Amino acid sequence: MTTNPVPAVVEDDAAPLTHPQLRELYNLMAAVRHLDTSAVAWQRQGIIPGYAPELGQEAAQVGSGYAVDRTRDFVFPTYREMGVARAMGLDMVGYMSTHKATWHGGMYNPLESRFAPIQAVVAGSVLHAVGWAHGQTLAGHAAGEMGVAMTYFGDGASSQGDVHEAMNFAAVMKSPVVFFIQNNGWAISVPTERQVAGGSVAARAAGYGIPSLQVDGNDVVAVYEATRSAFAHCRAGNGPVVIEAMTYRRGPHSTADDPGRYRTLEEERLDAGEDPLTRFRQRLLEEGVADEAFFAEAQRLAEEEEEAVRAGIADLGPRPGSEMFSLVFQEPTPALQSQATAWREESEHV
Amino acid sequence: MSETITQARREENNPATAAPGVQQMSMQQALNRALDEILAEDPKTVIFGEDCGRLGGVFRITDGLQAKHGEQRVFDTPLAESGILGMSVGLAMAGFHPIPEVQFDGFAYPAINQIVCQIARMNYRSRGTLPMPITLRVPSFGGIRAPEHHGESLEALFAHVPGLKVVSPSTPHDAYHLLKYAATRPDPVIFMEPKSRYWQKGPVDVTNALPGTAVHDADADNGGSLTGARVAREGRHITLVAWGAMVARCLQVADLAAEDGIDVEVLDLRWLKPIDAAALARSVGKTRRAVVVHEAPLTSGLGAEVAQLITQSCFSTLKAPVERVTGFDVPYPSGDLEDEYIPNIDRILFGIQRVLEYRRG
Ligand SMILES: Cc1ncc(C[n+]2csc(CCOP(=O)(O)OP(=O)(O)O)c2C)c(N)n1
Repeated sequence: MTTNPVPAVVEDDAAPLTHPQLRELYNLMAAVRHLDTSAVAWQRQGIIPGYAPELGQEAAQVGSGYAVDRTRDFVFPTYREMGVARAMGLDMVGYMSTHKATWHGGMYNPLESRFAPIQAVVAGSVLHAVGWAHGQTLAGHAAGEMGVAMTYFGDGASSQGDVHEAMNFAAVMKSPVVFFIQNNGWAISVPTERQVAGGSVAARAAGYGIPSLQVDGNDVVAVYEATRSAFAHCRAGNGPVVIEAMTYRRGPHSTADDPGRYRTLEEERLDAGEDPLTRFRQRLLEEGVADEAFFAEAQRLAEEEEEAVRAGIADLGPRPGSEMFSLVFQEPTPALQSQATAWREESEHV
Repeated sequence: MSETITQARREENNPATAAPGVQQMSMQQALNRALDEILAEDPKTVIFGEDCGRLGGVFRITDGLQAKHGEQRVFDTPLAESGILGMSVGLAMAGFHPIPEVQFDGFAYPAINQIVCQIARMNYRSRGTLPMPITLRVPSFGGIRAPEHHGESLEALFAHVPGLKVVSPSTPHDAYHLLKYAATRPDPVIFMEPKSRYWQKGPVDVTNALPGTAVHDADADNGGSLTGARVAREGRHITLVAWGAMVARCLQVADLAAEDGIDVEVLDLRWLKPIDAAALARSVGKTRRAVVVHEAPLTSGLGAEVAQLITQSCFSTLKAPVERVTGFDVPYPSGDLEDEYIPNIDRILFGIQRVLEYRRG
């Protein structure tokens, strides 16, 4: 993979991460890696019907999610942001309930978690982030106090018209939005070079007058720092920022995908570059931030967590059918109420 | 006989014209006044779209609102419908009450993804934690000899989508009150303004949404009869069911039919979702005959839905199958053919005749 770091236009003077923070980042990445690979196994075991793995994207997700201030920011994810959710401290059973097919969008509270419902339409919520961010402007927060919206999408999604409308809107209205692109090299079977014209997604930002940067998406600290400075830029009232995190989706697009039809294992190995987890671990060892005992403990915690999440989703059970009717509207229509009544009567007599 | 909507000058609906608080105004003025009051009453309301700031909208519905309420509350967006509707979702999530405008009905199509997949579903997807109190104003229907895509009838499309509500006023009085009502609801409402009626004047009782009742009685707070259909004219022999611009035309037809001794009831449906099935049952239960009139194409139009609701409640008493007089299954034709497309007085009269002369085989 080639990464061309574009110099960050945005500077902030925040202190470098402390050792406890670096260890926390590693713990998060280890938890995400284990939960992610386990979720694929759950699908094979029939525990969940499907899942969109993020193997190889842990640094991009954890690094960016870690920069979010849950007291004032808001994140607009796609279907592949499990690592962001985990870094932001979401209830992971609630998160995974989407993949369990319990409820579209997940069972967590978006307002409390500051994490919008899981979005299956690619680029579907990029404009929502702009609207939410414009709300921050309208609320008249003092510079430096503003909440920031961060919207995640892929290189494939960047082909959607909504992304272009969103960037233009945000730039015109100077909305505090971070457009966080995870360029994982592929949109299902189509590689970035057959997807993105203009060199890169970040390059497009120039056309909208939006500062942008490409960051090594496999370096968790680099991603965190880029996101943090983008947040600082937005918070100060300077408008949006585009971050393109260059990473690689190892393995399939989803549990229904067969990547063998569009790339060989050898190509995958060569293109993927160094595993972001191994790389971070190496760095922490070299810098004396963590030792083998720490990594062993991180792994143990990750396994413990996965077991709890697995048990949690097993316990979910199906939702009561009445919710299908009662959650459509705040004020249900008479027709819907009578459909619910008929459904209740007929299903009780099966 | 060819009849255009602009000839339809008859003023339907006559809410206590003499009562204090009743003013003559056009639908454009009524809508503008409603928006002005909504902005004043609810600081979370924001109005935006293409040209609705300084210009006041191409139909002047938002005229003067930016000057009065500021550029934060009423603003121009870039020219992108998906952007406007997608932005509405985020604003609603941030606690605002967006009243976006799509400049013309045909330009709602580029935003269908945001309307159908996002706005309509967010309450459901988020298990009720992210309501979408969005009122989408859409200047709708034909009758103004506009260029292509500037006159469409999208009601069936919107009404079919779970999670959306659809309403269309036919008088300035209803335009004022229905817009104020829609804008205070927690669910997304598609507000279809009959653009051919924008400049028609009529009495508006601003103090009383429901002539004959108090505005703020418990019923009205629950929606009251603003949530239902309205009998625009009482009659005994047959019910014409219509909405939007077609209500005025049906009232004309009723006048003409009266000369032949046919007493026509005109039911203004107002809400296209939810449809007031009880009002249909009441009216057709009485007249035992019905014709649905709409501008939209026939096939899979809302006329079919209305006919089914009537059949369900009035099957045993109906004297004839419910008839439909509608636009045709063709792209909305250009100005010169518009009068052939939109149900005219003759076609509606033929529809009435078919029902009256129906004999069981
Ligand atoms: C509007 C839309 N079109 C098609 C799809 C089907 N689809 C789901 S993911 C995907 C590829 C997305 O690629 P990218 O945006 O790069 O994100 P990634 O999945 O690689 O994270 C496609 C075509 C969709 N979900 N939404």
